[in-house]
Amino acid sequence: MKSVVFIEKNPVTKRLRNVSLELTYKAYTLSHPQGSEVVGVFCGEALPEDSDRLFQFGMDRLLYHTDQRLAQLHSLAYKQVLEAMIRAEKPEIVLFGATHTGRDVAPLIASSLKTGLTADCTQLYTDEYKDRGKILYQMRPAFGGNILATIVTPDHRPMMATVREGVMLLPEEHLQNPVRMEEFAIDFNDIWLKSEFMEIIPKVKKVDLAAANIVVSGGAGVGNRENFRLIRELARALGGEVGASRAAVDFGFIEKDHQVGQTGSVVRPKLYIACGISGQIQHRAGMEESQKILAINKDPEAPIFNIAHMGIIGDLNEIIPVMLRYLKEEV
Amino acid sequence: MKRIVVLAKQVPDTANISGDAMKADGTVNRAALPAIFNPEDLNALEMALTVKDRIGAEVHVITMGPPKAVEILKHALYMGADYVGLITDRRFAAADTLATSYVLAAAIKKIGAVDLVLAGRQAIDGDTAQVGPQVADKIGFNQVTYVSALREVNDNYLIVERDGEVQTEVIKAAYPVLLTVCAEANTPRFPNCRRMLRFFRLDMNDNTGIIPVINMDDLALAEERCGLKGSPTRVHKIKSIMLKGGELKMYGTDVTDIRQLVRDIMKDYVEVG
Ligand SMILES: Cc1cc2nc3c(=O)[nH]c(=O)nc-3n(C[C@H](O)[C@H](O)[C@H](O)COP(=O)(O)OP(=O)(O)OC[C@H]3O[C@@H](n4cnc5c(N)ncnc54)[C@H](O)[C@@H]3O)c2cc1C
Repeated sequence: MKSVVFIEKNPVTKRLRNVSLELTYKAYTLSHPQGSEVVGVFCGEALPEDSDRLFQFGMDRLLYHTDQRLAQLHSLAYKQVLEAMIRAEKPEIVLFGATHTGRDVAPLIASSLKTGLTADCTQLYTDEYKDRGKILYQMRPAFGGNILATIVTPDHRPMMATVREGVMLLPEEHLQNPVRMEEFAIDFNDIWLKSEFMEIIPKVKKVDLAAANIVVSGGAGVGNRENFRLIRELARALGGEVGASRAAVDFGFIEKDHQVGQTGSVVRPKLYIACGISGQIQHRAGMEESQKILAINKDPEAPIFNIAHMGIIGDLNEIIPVMLRYLKEEV
Repeated sequence: MKRIVVLAKQVPDTANISGDAMKADGTVNRAALPAIFNPEDLNALEMALTVKDRIGAEVHVITMGPPKAVEILKHALYMGADYVGLITDRRFAAADTLATSYVLAAAIKKIGAVDLVLAGRQAIDGDTAQVGPQVADKIGFNQVTYVSALREVNDNYLIVERDGEVQTEVIKAAYPVLLTVCAEANTPRFPNCRRMLRFFRLDMNDNTGIIPVINMDDLALAEERCGLKGSPTRVHKIKSIMLKGGELKMYGTDVTDIRQLVRDIMKDYVEVG
């Protein structure tokens, strides 16, 4: 089953977005065992500076169309170019990152191709389906994360899916595919440029939760912005990043880019420390896959204890200062 | 005067799962969840009403759903919508986003001469964020997704802010255009008391005609593109998520216990030196 992967560039760093590498490798694991190709499709004003890296993760070929007019996300233009590439390649599987770009363009293309698109998949695999031979099985949470649905697209091609960044894992070892990039020609039409981008304001993103080995998160139980200092100190003492539940963000204890969960970052650190977080399903969606979870909560019934590996029942305002004291001693 | 269509959906309140909605095995009883106006569709409606307040507009709210979705249309009337429509038909059941957008696009075309379509960024039951763009594709409108603020609106164009993850994009979009609106764009207004009194007793298809029911034949739709038949995707299996119980090591709150906890963490996870 041939796969096409949408390749995305971070417009601020000009480098590949991680999700493009993650999906390339995922596509490789889906297509390669059956001897099929993985083809990347990119459009933008210039290729990502580190495009070569795709070939270390299983890419066979990268099709690209570069044009100054594609510097910003003109939905219709992106749709036209990418759809033309997909039609030319005739893949069975098409994967997009569930980014604000992927989620903008992928539905337009699926609508135009009249095929199925499954959003925010957390697992993808191929298997036999009735008399159709092998098809793509797409698992995704739905219903606010309370159910896990397996979705299939039996009779339409391509089978399209989006996946959020940080969900698919990268391999430990790099592959060594030869670098093959091909320019894709298309008659560009200015009527595709319907929006006028008046100003681009980069967001200052200070946190990189996905890359952290240790994440210390605070929730509503932290109580106030002042107490949140304890969470920061614990994170610093452990060399980790600071995370938060949505309640903590909503109460203004900390900025939104620290949020972990369904509408925040997905993390899978070696150690996740949840302080004053009840462990609602939307929060768990972003941290459940952590290797070890330590929960600090004064409510022994809090659902977070159901997924934690280590727990301590009590007031975080008393526990964390003691932890900090011993951490300093240990180092 | 601009004509605006707001796409709305009634959804189960997946965020507030109370004890009543939990089954003994820890899974969710979906039927027991209260049905609500999809939160970000309220932000879309608020934006429509803001445009109406500023430059004058006719605001239509349509929903595709079962008869009880009439509740959210009444809520839209209380907030200030001018026209509403309930698109309902057994043949629409089990539609995925492709089939849903086919029906909604036809309803928008039927209203006719529409300048602006507003939808919530996503619905909390499916979280796909696909219906808005798929409608835009079918009605041939430009789109701006993830709209996080409305800066300016006049008879020729809107200026909005789009949340582009690593950057905020300030976009000028001429009509016709479809926007999908995020929660941070505004705070939906409260229902208006006088309008509540006026519309409270309404039901769909009553003699006032205020909440018309629209079915497949009214929209002259092809049955094979509606509902389950028109949906390329199939739900193959559903698994209720249950809390997975791992081995849990508990520590006491004594200083010696906490010291042990710190030692265990340090030993296993912290790269010292
Ligand atoms: C569409 C949607 C998307 C969402 N996305 C997210 C998301 O991405 N991320 C997210 O986190 N949430 C998300 N939520 C919200 C989620 O449902 C919960 O409301 C939220 O996670 C609760 O945060 P919390 O655990 O900090 O607060 P609460 O649920 O209020 O829990 C506070 C906890 O702190 C404990 N506590 C209180 N005081 C102390 C103390 N002194 N010491 C120790 N423990 C204490 C309490 O026992 C309690 O368990 C989303 C909701 C919806 C509807």
